[in-house]
Amino acid sequence: MAQPPGRALIVGAGLAALRGAESLRAAGFSGPLTIVGDEPHPPYDRPPLSKHVLTGAVAADATTLPGRHGLAADWQLGTAAVSLDRQARTVHLADGRALPYDRLLIATGTRARPWPNPHEGRLSGVFTLRGRDDAAALRCALAAGPRHVLVIGAGFIGCEVASLCRQLGLPVTLVEPGPTPLSRVLGSTVGGLIGAIHAGHGVAVRCGSEVEWLEAEGGRLVRAHLVDGGSIATDIAVIALGAVRNTDWLEGSGLSADCGGVDCDARGYVLDTDGQPDPHIAAAGDVARFPHPHYGGRRVALEHWSHAVAQGIHAGRLLAGAGPEVPYGALPTFWSTQGDLVVKSAGLTEGADAVAITQGDPAAGRFVALYGREGRCIAAVSVDSARWLPAHAELVAARAPFPPRGAATDRPKAVTILEPGLP
Amino acid sequence: MSPSADASSGPPSGLRVSVDLNLCQAYAQCCYAAPRHFRIEGHEALFYDPAPAAQDRDDIERARVACPVQAIRVEDPERGA
Repeated sequence: MAQPPGRALIVGAGLAALRGAESLRAAGFSGPLTIVGDEPHPPYDRPPLSKHVLTGAVAADATTLPGRHGLAADWQLGTAAVSLDRQARTVHLADGRALPYDRLLIATGTRARPWPNPHEGRLSGVFTLRGRDDAAALRCALAAGPRHVLVIGAGFIGCEVASLCRQLGLPVTLVEPGPTPLSRVLGSTVGGLIGAIHAGHGVAVRCGSEVEWLEAEGGRLVRAHLVDGGSIATDIAVIALGAVRNTDWLEGSGLSADCGGVDCDARGYVLDTDGQPDPHIAAAGDVARFPHPHYGGRRVALEHWSHAVAQGIHAGRLLAGAGPEVPYGALPTFWSTQGDLVVKSAGLTEGADAVAITQGDPAAGRFVALYGREGRCIAAVSVDSARWLPAHAELVAARAPFPPRGAATDRPKAVTILEPGLP
Repeated sequence: MSPSADASSGPPSGLRVSVDLNLCQAYAQCCYAAPRHFRIEGHEALFYDPAPAAQDRDDIERARVACPVQAIRVEDPERGA
């Protein structure tokens, strides 16, 4: 029963990697542990990067996460993994070295989806926002007092950056091809309510609109041209088009992986292209695509902070060989701070066929929306109403009937069932 | 505001703080315990200092303990915690 500890290797040095390493140690793994990261920085917290780092209240290099001390890990930072040889149980690094493993955790996360035209993407004044260095560079540009900021893409990062620009007193335009901000994840009904709050704070929200190309003068961005023929003069553009999973290095490994993640079984072991689990390798965090038990085994890859923590802990225990191998199925939750506005969610909205405002009042800017599918609660979203979310999360966790019964004192008297407006 | 006016990262030997903002429900007890390191913006957006100076550890520890939902995590290399 007692197996030799062997060597543990974690590829990736973000939140999931760090919590995975802690969990591996906490579960009793005492062998050598190596952690490889492509960035030179120790694990840092990303949420502040699109918020207080950009306002200057927090320095980019102050975001280092707690948890590194006492790990007894060999940190190999500043060098990326470039390939995985599962037969030889070896990971090859960009600097030519090869690291052996007996237990491997894949936690390589995501990178910002780049602007499709690489030349335009490299112009001075054009930014993406994913890493610590990205945030430091964008902070410098915002602090220099640009005349105008253009945010391309009204997902969570786009909304966070746009609302923060208003807090800094900067004119900002938010361009989004969808019908409202956040429509892909929250649907156009709730997205429209949140978009109206941002518009009320002075964000110029332009939905149903797309940037076709970026014009430069002397290598500096000066203007964005829209598909419909209009243009926006701007000296900064923030490309917020979502993320791409870092699975390129797994090409040729025989694992089932693509730009949507590396596939895992319910326990967290990665799957090969024949669908067979590799019991030496687990994955966690943004990069892991796994069947979620709460949503009928639908395969999802979640870019949530709490998920990186929970799945990292799960994978650490799994690789340590501690206890029974149980399916991972934490209820997805996330938050997004947009200016002073806090949007939180429990569950997954995908596939919702109805939504209802079940607490508060959108006109007052504070409410909870509950999403239903085939008569069951599947997700809840709170806007500046976080204390109401846990009770709604319980409805989601229990797959309670939708629309919900019961009568809270401040629940709207007649709950109106709306179309969620999901794509 | 110029970039040089930005917050400093503090000494590398200082504290490391993270808050699980999924758990945070803006009870603001941390803001009373350590007002220079935690504050509520708007209705419920928590600002926290992720790298407080080591000499503020007593305030930070009070804030951590005061949190009704235990959302605050602190690492203090000098105390091995």
